[in-house]
Amino acid sequence: MKQNKVPSALTIGIARGGLEIKQFLRQRESVVFTLAFPIMLLGIFGSVFTNELTDGVTFSQYFVAGMIASGLVNTGFQQLAIMIPVERDFGTLKRLRGTPMPAASYFIGKVIVVFATMVIQVLLLLIAGIIFFGVNLPTSPAKWLTFTWLILLGSAASTSLGIAFSVIPKSGRGASAVVSPVVIVLQFFSGVFFVFTDLPAWMQQVAAIFPLKWMTQGMRSVFLPDSFAAREVAGTWETGRTFLIILAWFIAGLFISIRTFKWEQQK
Amino acid sequence: MSDSGNVISVRGLKKSYGSTQAVAGIDLSIAQGEIFALLGPNGAGKTTTVEILEGFRTRDSGDVSVLETDPAIKGAAGRIWRNRIGIVLQSTSDAGDLSVQETVAHFAKYYANPRSVDEVIESVGLTEKSTELIRTLSGGQRRRLDVALGIIGSPELLFLDEPTTGFDPEARRAFWALIKSLRDSGTTIVLTTHYLDEAEALADRVAVINHGQIVEVSTPALLGGRATSLATVSWLSESGPKSERTDNPTALIRKLTESYSGEIPELTVKRASLEDIYLEMIGGADEAE
Repeated sequence: MKQNKVPSALTIGIARGGLEIKQFLRQRESVVFTLAFPIMLLGIFGSVFTNELTDGVTFSQYFVAGMIASGLVNTGFQQLAIMIPVERDFGTLKRLRGTPMPAASYFIGKVIVVFATMVIQVLLLLIAGIIFFGVNLPTSPAKWLTFTWLILLGSAASTSLGIAFSVIPKSGRGASAVVSPVVIVLQFFSGVFFVFTDLPAWMQQVAAIFPLKWMTQGMRSVFLPDSFAAREVAGTWETGRTFLIILAWFIAGLFISIRTFKWEQQK
Repeated sequence: MSDSGNVISVRGLKKSYGSTQAVAGIDLSIAQGEIFALLGPNGAGKTTTVEILEGFRTRDSGDVSVLETDPAIKGAAGRIWRNRIGIVLQSTSDAGDLSVQETVAHFAKYYANPRSVDEVIESVGLTEKSTELIRTLSGGQRRRLDVALGIIGSPELLFLDEPTTGFDPEARRAFWALIKSLRDSGTTIVLTTHYLDEAEALADRVAVINHGQIVEVSTPALLGGRATSLATVSWLSESGPKSERTDNPTALIRKLTESYSGEIPELTVKRASLEDIYLEMIGGADEAE
């Protein structure tokens, strides 16, 4: 009698994470796009807007916070909402469905690859920011703590929302056209490219529904001096509320993913 | 629900898509250790039937038991069930950036009792390509990798959907030998194919499906009364090529030997091929691609 004890979902999920990282690093286009593009943007915006926003806070400093938050959305949400429909078209997902691998392992693998990409991207952004634009790193442990949970929770939320959104594109080829505009509009509305409080009030209110606004605000609380909090909409960093809103989006994304995930394109 | 000794047992299986009835009441029993081929034109209900057995699709009605389990099973029990089966789908074209070895070794991690990675790669003839990236493989080599992924979990039951599409004749022979050796080691194999010679070479039994129903289940040699069907005797007479259909070819040849002094020029005796019988069964008019 053979033993039928299949490996745990976590064991398989970690194996999938390793495999996905390997695949990611071998796709030169996606490596360049995901990792170099944010640095290029930082280079462009940092060179164009050389003014100081307030005492000692350069636009580059403000922008680095926005770019890191934005990276969470790019590497998680955007990447997955485009890649999963492609994997569905190729039959990758259907083949996985025919094995003892549970959906949870697939999701865990995605979280791992998103998190790993995020870590590399943040390191590159910070190094480029420090060398070329005099970006200052936070010094207090409390800020680094905020930074850590923002990256962890942000990656998880972005991943779960990317998986949830992946049912919307009808095919892998059309996915980019459906997903990218959503991300770009969100970036403009959420104060990545501009100072958030300079945006029209209605734009701020729309942005406040979505997680990116909270991720950028959270990152500002890490990278900008506390005196800058007075210039936020609420007059404070709203750290607790930020945590709860991103957490709520993570749970919503997870719930929708589990309910609606499709292994093959319905014909 | 399951008949003892049967790996697959199906009673009254029905499935409709909208107003189209894809499967209109199918009964099937597949025994342990046999190679069972499903033949039928496109749209006959073949794929739907197999996908219900594989757990990819739900059914409208009927009893289905695959390895004493309803394939609609979910959750942890579903994983244990999938651990016992292997599925080779029609076409998969993914993960071009991983090597053959990496891919097979990764899939091995999904199963409770995986086979040796190197042995599996060798059995599908990809040892030399082991460290190559998948995107450098030819169509036939990719197909063999698909098969490797289907058998890595040492399945008791293996589904093969059009497994040899894109193979050269030599690779097909090697593949057939592999499938037979799996059968000989006790694996039950359900094969769907468009190649009638493949069904003939491999299958212990074949089922012909048309319009969502089973037309006949038999051995390849006996299907459609093939063994007793008319034979065609052809030869070159003085007035040109001639052929005659007869249920007694021996008598006809005896008669011919009398009229020719030596060899009967270009003599052949041809029984109906599996393909002839199959085309007749599905009504000829249907596309038998």
